[in-house]
Amino acid sequence: MAANPQPAARLQWFFGAIALPSGWRVGVGPMIAATVLTLIVLSALFAPLLAPHDPLAMDALQRLKGPSDTYPLGTDAYGRDLMSRVLTGGQISLFIGIGAAIVSVVIGLLIGLVSGFFRVADAIIMRLMDSLMAIPSILLAIALVALNGPSIWSVMGAITIPEIPRVVRLVRSVVLSAREEPYVEAAMALGSSMPKILWQHLMPNTLAPLIVQGTYICASAILTEAILSFLGAGVSTEIPTWGNIMAEGRVYFQIKPSLIFWPGLMLSLCILSINLLGDTARDLLDPRLKKREG
Amino acid sequence: MKFKSRNFDQASNVLEITGLTVRLTGNDKADPVLDAVSLKIRQGETVCLVGESGSGKSVTSLSIMGLLPKGVLAATGGHIELEGRNLLELNAQAMRDMRARKISMIFQEPMTALNPVLRVGEQIGEVLDTHTKLPAREKKARVLDIMNQVHLPDVERIYRSYPHQLSGGQRQRIMIAMALILEPQLLIADEPTTALDVTTQKQILSLIAELQEKHGTAVLFITHDMGVVAEIADTVHVMKLGRIVEHAPVETLLRAPKQDYTRQLLQSVPSLSPRAPRAMPEGQTVLAVEGLQKVYGAHGVFSRREPTRAANDVRFSIPRGRTLGIVGESGSGKSTVARCIMRLIDPTEGEIRVAGKEIATLTRRQLRPYRRHIQIVFQDPFRSLNPRWTIGRSLIEGPLNIGEDKQAALARAADLLTLVGLPDDAVHRYPHQFSGGQRQRVAIARAIAMEPDVLVADEAVSALDVSVQAQVLDLLDELQQKLGIAILFITHDLRVAAQICDEVLVMQHGHVVEHGTAAEVLSNPQHAYTRALIEAAPGRSWDFANFKELQGA
Amino acid sequence: MLGYILRRILAVIPVMAIVAVFVFLLLRLTPGDPAAIIAGDAATPAQLERIRTSLGLSDPLHVQFFTWAKLLFQGDLGTSLISSTPVTQMIGQRIWPTINIALMTIVLSVLLAVPMGVLAAWRHRTWVDYVVMGFSVLGFSIPVFVIGYLFILAFSIELRWLPVQGYVAPSQDFGKFLARAILPCLTLATIYVALIARMTRASMLEVLGEDYIRTARAKGVKETVVLFHHALRNAAVPIMTIIGTGFALLIGGVVVTESVFNIPGIGRLTVDAILARDYPVIQGMILLTSAIYVFINLLVDLSYTFFDPRIRY
Repeated sequence: MAANPQPAARLQWFFGAIALPSGWRVGVGPMIAATVLTLIVLSALFAPLLAPHDPLAMDALQRLKGPSDTYPLGTDAYGRDLMSRVLTGGQISLFIGIGAAIVSVVIGLLIGLVSGFFRVADAIIMRLMDSLMAIPSILLAIALVALNGPSIWSVMGAITIPEIPRVVRLVRSVVLSAREEPYVEAAMALGSSMPKILWQHLMPNTLAPLIVQGTYICASAILTEAILSFLGAGVSTEIPTWGNIMAEGRVYFQIKPSLIFWPGLMLSLCILSINLLGDTARDLLDPRLKKREG
Repeated sequence: MKFKSRNFDQASNVLEITGLTVRLTGNDKADPVLDAVSLKIRQGETVCLVGESGSGKSVTSLSIMGLLPKGVLAATGGHIELEGRNLLELNAQAMRDMRARKISMIFQEPMTALNPVLRVGEQIGEVLDTHTKLPAREKKARVLDIMNQVHLPDVERIYRSYPHQLSGGQRQRIMIAMALILEPQLLIADEPTTALDVTTQKQILSLIAELQEKHGTAVLFITHDMGVVAEIADTVHVMKLGRIVEHAPVETLLRAPKQDYTRQLLQSVPSLSPRAPRAMPEGQTVLAVEGLQKVYGAHGVFSRREPTRAANDVRFSIPRGRTLGIVGESGSGKSTVARCIMRLIDPTEGEIRVAGKEIATLTRRQLRPYRRHIQIVFQDPFRSLNPRWTIGRSLIEGPLNIGEDKQAALARAADLLTLVGLPDDAVHRYPHQFSGGQRQRVAIARAIAMEPDVLVADEAVSALDVSVQAQVLDLLDELQQKLGIAILFITHDLRVAAQICDEVLVMQHGHVVEHGTAAEVLSNPQHAYTRALIEAAPGRSWDFANFKELQGA
Repeated sequence: MLGYILRRILAVIPVMAIVAVFVFLLLRLTPGDPAAIIAGDAATPAQLERIRTSLGLSDPLHVQFFTWAKLLFQGDLGTSLISSTPVTQMIGQRIWPTINIALMTIVLSVLLAVPMGVLAAWRHRTWVDYVVMGFSVLGFSIPVFVIGYLFILAFSIELRWLPVQGYVAPSQDFGKFLARAILPCLTLATIYVALIARMTRASMLEVLGEDYIRTARAKGVKETVVLFHHALRNAAVPIMTIIGTGFALLIGGVVVTESVFNIPGIGRLTVDAILARDYPVIQGMILLTSAIYVFINLLVDLSYTFFDPRIRY
């Protein structure tokens, strides 16, 4: 459309890599999401200060109690304070989510760059990635945890590995389309070496989509962690995670649904805000969408 | 030059636009996209709307069709009157009834304008489904009839074909068939031949003229090409920044333009008469190509396709300070040759000598020291600079690769920007802050920074508006005189080739069919294909820049 | 066309082969004694020895692989360490509830999600769009089991419309089957609908910006025809793709849902196997679900030829 300015003309470039539209307006939704997420992260970080009780302290006399002044959300089957457990539970979940996102993005970026630029490596890598993607991620994670034990690290690894092929595919597709750009060909004509072109011209193109993908991975990792715990294949049951709290609450679900409700709510709010922020980041960073809607 | 000269004073109005104003929705402060546009089209008349990009010609046509992008643009004032009804006031259903029955439209890109997953016969038939209640048999007969009228071969087969199985010209014929099957009063053609090769363009233009005469259709023809205007227009409206600056019968406008803008526009149109021959320089040969061949698809064990010879036995050489043009239509292999010479793709066979060194068989690593001798400027100014890099960083990328000191390279970058006519503080700015023409200047500066012997310009001015195109061509000429650089100029546009090239090489289907000085090839073509190309160039006997017939034509 | 189909089918072989090698190595390359991992800390030497013989762990790696692969080719997935029944037999007994519920879920999801996505794209940036998108983000964000429990709480415990848990085969009593299958299906469908609706919307938005849509409108064609006849077919390939790849999510969902609703399908079988460290069963389930996933995606690839006549290679 002749009347529309070029999308790039409205973008202001920072850091030479990540673009934010100059007059970026963020809607109410993302603002709320950001606030909620900040609150959740803060409450997890400061859980030791905020929690009214020791999340592990049992009290046989106070089992499955309703909300009271001492126990704001009531207690679980072992008489532990639900609120303290829910606050503390966020620590592990967030740690695993962020860790899985960073590790899978970094590994996926490196493999994807190699795959996008070297034809021979590409054929082999993509077959491997296709196969890895063919294994349903929950089952793969279950098997990995079953074999490596219920430590935080093995759970994080089990969640990270199935995410890597998706990142590789993304990076590869960005590199494949970017290497057709005339400015990349111009760089070749100017005598720039392959590693230099790969790192300086092609890699920055992957950053914006990777940030978006990274947030989605973070959300899905937190979700997967909860599912693994829920199925009994997650972090060892002594550690309070949202998933573990819910797994233990399953039995008493019909008499005391709040054992699932509160951790479920925190978990859902947390994932929801991360996903919303991911969508916002995508809308802001994806020039393809911009062009279509601009 | 024979212009159309029919008088339309007695003809009845088909469409009358008065004071049409279109604005960006929700932004009343910005300048209107269309500012009080008025024009009328009479029965059987061809009205050409010319202007450069951003002038609002496409917006005008979409307004008439009621197809302005919702939520982006909206008509805020004026009338568009057809058969006594104001189209701007019709509801959605009434407007749909007008389309295809009263007004039809064909678009620029025949490649994308047809639905790729539906058979073309079905797509034409859909017009009848929408607006008539014909039984199936009669419907198919009507479709086949209109397909015959647009001179499609083997209509039964094409009826069942998908768009991707047809050529660009055939697809545009399908579009025309679709537009004219219900014999509308008005046909809007929005740059319908811009994406086509000249020889195809000529056929499509004469097809439109033929059908127009047969059905008495009025045509609103939108184009940026003055040559096309000279061929087909009865009346011309010149647009600039959303306004109509001048309108007149075609001959009056081309002979005696009143407005400065129109004069300027016409003066930018390159002439088809070749440039005055320059003295053969004493300089040595800087690029020599011998027996160059590129074959695609010959490797795969499983590939059943015939290997395509994109370039076959191409040979030429360029001495210092001279310009060689490679001219051809799409698929002729001209860009393949350029990319082989740049070693962006590997030639299958042949020799490329740059700076006295055979480079066709060097490995990428061995090649790097020789890259500096030969540089390239690409077609698309919006994609040829890294959007994340400052202009300065782009300009010093090459010099840094050959070991130049960063400070020295930056200082030289500023000088280069001055040389190509840009402010030297541009080094700190980003590509998006520049227009297409300015970016193309930066791309040229980036190439020149390597102090190459040869500059390959691959359709380097094809994406630019004529006035900008003229400036960039002047810049190339000036740089050549100052630096003694040799230029290999790849283009599909004979006018541009005539203006800048000393020698011309005509390619067709991967073969060189003619090679000689620009004067020989353009004034006295030997090969039938060259003659066909020249004959197909619209408005070829008119000297637009001087408002008169071309001398000796 | 035939070449394309043949090539797609052949491409399945290396993928499945690598999956098989991968599954084989999963246990064998885990640090430590695999038998000890499976048997747990409290295992007696006799138990360990039994596991080693049962899995052939004392042989050299390549011998183990070929023995294993040979059995695999004969359709033998090994024997459960707990019940000593062949894994294939266990799967055979438990697969029907899963298939019934999965099929119902897929049909339900596609029927709901595609119109939702089309509507959202058509009414882009209106409340319709925001509602669909909001639902889709919610669907992604709430864990399957939380949704399941919410449904049980609302429809079974509070409203008492439906039975809480359990399963009845449709051949036995179709009404009872439906009453018990509806909540698991809805639970499973939430994330699937979210996924498909989102992709449909994105794909439709892209297609609606294409030139041929403008052409169709310029012909005076009705909006419904533009949307469903012209746009949706062009948008179909990415939608089919997401239905295929989303199947992996569905499998994960099945495992969880069956255990929430107490359905005796292969999802429950898997969970029980995890808790009992019954490795041959876990391994068999991974192979089976991967094969199903690959097969479904093969069908999706083949469906492209139906939607897009340009696919020839």
